[in-house]
Order: sequence, then C-alpha cells, then structure tokens
Amino acid sequence: MSAPAGTNMRDQAALASGARLSNQQIVGIAAAVLVGLSLPLFVSDYRTFQFTLVVVYAIAVLGLNILTGFNGQFSLGHSAFYALGAYTAAIMMDQWGIAYYWTLPAAGMVCLVAGFLFGLPALRLEGLYLALATFALSIATPQILKYDHFEKWTGGVQGVVITKPDAPFGLEISQDNWLYYFAFVVMILLFFCAWNLLRGRTGRAIKAIRDNPIAASAMGVNTALYKSLTFGVSALYTGVAGALGAIAIQFVAPDSFTFFLSVAILVGMVIGGIGSIPGAIFGGIVIVFIPNLAENISKAAPWAVYGALLILFMYFMPLGIWGFIRMGYARLMRRLKAS
Amino acid sequence: MELFLQQTFSGLAFGGVYACMALAVVMIYQATDHLNFAQGEMAMFSTYIAFTLITLGVPYWWTFLLTMVISFVGGVLVERIIVRPVEGTSVLNEVIVFIGLLTIFNSLAGWIWEYTIKPFPSPFPEEPVFGNKFVSTHDLGVIGVTLVVLSGVFLFFRFTPVGLAMRAAAQDPASARLVGIRVGWMLALGWGLAAAIGAVAGMMVAPIVFLEPNMMGSILLYGFAGALLGGITNPAGAVFGGFTVGVLENLVGAYVPFIGSELKLSFALVLIIAVLVFRPSGLFGYVVVKRV
Repeated sequence: MSAPAGTNMRDQAALASGARLSNQQIVGIAAAVLVGLSLPLFVSDYRTFQFTLVVVYAIAVLGLNILTGFNGQFSLGHSAFYALGAYTAAIMMDQWGIAYYWTLPAAGMVCLVAGFLFGLPALRLEGLYLALATFALSIATPQILKYDHFEKWTGGVQGVVITKPDAPFGLEISQDNWLYYFAFVVMILLFFCAWNLLRGRTGRAIKAIRDNPIAASAMGVNTALYKSLTFGVSALYTGVAGALGAIAIQFVAPDSFTFFLSVAILVGMVIGGIGSIPGAIFGGIVIVFIPNLAENISKAAPWAVYGALLILFMYFMPLGIWGFIRMGYARLMRRLKAS
Repeated sequence: MELFLQQTFSGLAFGGVYACMALAVVMIYQATDHLNFAQGEMAMFSTYIAFTLITLGVPYWWTFLLTMVISFVGGVLVERIIVRPVEGTSVLNEVIVFIGLLTIFNSLAGWIWEYTIKPFPSPFPEEPVFGNKFVSTHDLGVIGVTLVVLSGVFLFFRFTPVGLAMRAAAQDPASARLVGIRVGWMLALGWGLAAAIGAVAGMMVAPIVFLEPNMMGSILLYGFAGALLGGITNPAGAVFGGFTVGVLENLVGAYVPFIGSELKLSFALVLIIAVLVFRPSGLFGYVVVKRV
C-alpha cells in the first residue's frame, strides 16, 4: 500500500486492520447510503416493503456473522432469538399498547440477556456440539411458542396481529415508506456499532478467540466472558431484527420461526460473506429475493435453491459475494496501476 | 400401572426408532467426526422412496429391502460427490454443507411428493398380540425390527473383514491406510450404512407420525439426544441412549403435567444441553482428551 504523504505508520496500520476507513471506503459507504435512501422514490410500496425485509434480514445476518464470522462460534439457533425479539415487540404493542419504536431496545435487551444466558453453557461446547445445541434450540422453539400457558400473551397457534405504524410529524409518506426509512436508520446505527465494536481492542479479542482460543487466553483475554458476551450481542442484533420484522409484517406466529429461518439467516451469512460487515446486506438481499425468483418454478424450489447455493458457495466462493467483490476490486486496482 | 406400562411400551417403540437414528449418527461421527444434520432428511427421503414402491405394488418386505439398498447406494453417492470436497476442512464448512443437504432433501421431497400428509402402511396386523392391552403389534414389531437391524450391524462390524477394515479406518486412518485399507471408501461405506439404518427408522416411524417432508426433524433431534446420552463415541451406548430417550420422553409427557405432549421437544433440548454441560462423554462414551 503506498502511503499518501503525511500519514505516519500508525495511521497506516489502522487503515490496514480496518480500524479506520480509507477515503474510498467513505465514498463507497456514502454512495450506498444515498442509494438506500432514494430507493423508495423509484419503486412501488410493495417493493419498498420487500426492501424493509432486506434491511431486517441484513441486521439478523450481521448478528449471526458477529458470532460465527468474527468469534468462530456456531449457531443454528438464531431463529429462536429472532422469534424472541419478534414476540417481545408484538406483545408489547398488542398487550400494553407501547409505541413501536420502544419495542426495539426492549427486544434487544431481552435477547441480549437470553443470548448471554444461552452462551454460558455454550462455553463448554465447541464447534460441532454448539451447532447441535443450537439446532435443538431452533427445533424446539415453535413448540415453546405454542405452549398453552403462554397463550394469554403469545396467542398460541394463531399468533399476534399488530397494526402498522403511521409516519410521524404529519409526514406525507406512506406507511411502507416510513417503515423502510425507520428500519434503514436502525440498520445504519447497528452497522456502525458493529464496526466500532469489532475494530478496537474488544474486536481484536473477539477475533483472537476465533483464530486461536488458547493463545487468546494466554494473552490475557477472558475467553469465557467474551464468548458469552458475543453470544449476547449477536442475539441482540437478531432480536432487534425480529422486532423490526414483526412490525413490518404486522404479524407473528409460531410457524414463521422454524428451523428454516435459522437456515435462511445462515444462507444469508454464507452468501454475503462470512466475517464481513457489508456482506450482511447482500445476505439480506439474497434471503428476500431468491425465493421470489425461485417460487416461479415451484413452491419447494426456494429451499432447494438455498441448499444448492449453500453447497456451491462453500465449494467455489467461500468468502461470499463481498469477498468476491473485494477480490475483483483489488485485481482491477492492480491492473490499473500496472498499465 | 396400566398407563405406565402402555407408555413404557410405546416409548420403547419410539426408542427403537431413535436408537436407529442415534446409531446412524454415531456411525458417521465415529468415522469422520461429523454430526450429520441431514441424516433425518435422508431417512425421510428414503421413506418416500418406500412409499412410491408400495404404491407401485411391490410387497412390503421387498420394499423394505429395496429401500435399504437404494438408501445405501444413495448414502455412498452423497459422501463421494457432495461431502468429500469439504471433508477435513473446517467444522463450519462441513456443517454448512450438511445444512445445504438437509434443505435440498427436504424441498426435493416436497417438490416430488408434495407437502400433503400421507398415510404409510405398517407391515404388522392391527389387532394386538395375545389380546393384551398394553402394546400394539406395530410397537412390538418396531422394537423387533430395530433389534434385528442392530444385531445385524453388530455382527457385521464384529465378524466380517469389511467391518474390521471400517473400524480400523475410523480409529486410526493413517495406520489403516498403511496396511492397505482404502480409508476413503470405508467412509463412503459408513455413509451408506448410516443411510440404510436411517431408512429403517423412517419406515418404522412413518405409520405412527404419518409421512410428510418435515416428519424427521424432531426424530433426528431425539436421535441426537440418544446418541449423546449413551455416549457419541460408543455405538452400543447410543442404541441404549435411543431407547432410554424414547421411554423417558413418553413418561415425562404422560406424568409431568406442565410438559405434556406440547413441550416434548424442549425436553430433548434440555436433555442435550444437560448432557453436553455435565457429562459431555455421555453415559458410556470415553472421554476425549485433546492435546494442545
């Protein structure tokens, strides 16, 4: 990397490790935000609704990515945290009449605690066994949601219907557009927080545990605490996504939170790019639009396509779409420099 | 007392099915250190194949054998073609490929046979044997078939040269290769056998839970629970674990009021986590010591 005049070693190191953004990255992010903000102006309300879901799933994928991509812990149980967030939001709005924007921090907190608590026994489990325990969690979730004694709040099999919020301050935009902007801002906030969390001392500890847990604890990283906390933060992200998703879809029911939701989030992570923050957005796009395309073939096709994509990406593009873009960009730069 | 006996026998029947799943899981785990998350869906797919054969008019027991053979070949092919490229890379890659397989089998079954629930015949007569009122003939049959299959597997591993080679390949791949065993093919054989055993589990449980693409999800979970409880490193332990989980699950469902039949899956979840936390080697497994 050739340094512009005036930058010292420390700045360079910060740039190389991703602790600081380069100028190109800032331009790229600004462009992406602009595109994101102007999207609803060009598409129908239904498409805007779909893009809201893209945002929702992008947040959930980022949540899983923090855990798996950066901390090396495996989870097939994120549908459970997504469901917990969604039900927290739905119950708060339906039972207690609380405004939708308050449900997000609440859902986040509930999931943070739940994730932290689930992370504690998970500490003793490595790789495969963690996958197994979380697999069990997501298989059991719909049944727990249908449980009789919770029916007062959860509505049992029927679920809970909630109303879509209007745009505030007398803004003249449709509900769908408002919800999209709301979700979009939440997403930017959460993505910024994730970037900030992962770039500094904490982030290095989290990644060190992924790369070599023994070396990390020898260096003085409290692996147990960091692993459970990462589990908690990951669940927090997924829970906020669940709450947003519930508000957007206006409905929660046990059967929307099966094991296959976990698979969808996993698909998003793998295809977007394991261990990359921007990749999560591609993950969200894939989760929402692939089924749309595939459903033309057959009702069962989306999942077949998901499965095939999972395996093909593992074989041919293990870094996902974002890894592919970065590689292509680096190659292009090299060629430009050479000529 | 009557209720207790009824529940125990029906638990044993389910336990037989879980034991088969547990054994299939343990077989692949022993050979390759993988937990095959697609095992349940593979079994479900085999059961659909059996369903098609039966609708074509093939007699039940021929269907049974044919399905096992087809599943065996299918299992070998899956290992050779799909699993092999990621074998020995990272746990993450392997699990992702298994999940991919799981969704593919699930949706293929939905695609080919549709999502409607289908009845699956039982080979055993409706009326209970000896006029008893504790146990249905199908339940007894399941227990019997399971025991036959399990003893067959035991005899195969204990007394045949191929079985010996497979055990050697699982225990010490490098040394096994040195004495001329084709370790890769032994793994494939393991996958084939696991698929065939899974097929038996599927065909035995289908008359009870009805045939549909998602029928094996929870059964695989109980299979995992059984395998862990008995010790994932010990096939006989896994079989015992499978039967135990079946009985426990039924008794807990019948006698613990707040669990009932609604939280049975959570029972498996709690069991899995409890075993993993308090006794990761299971009841009869050996403790895996890792050198750092």
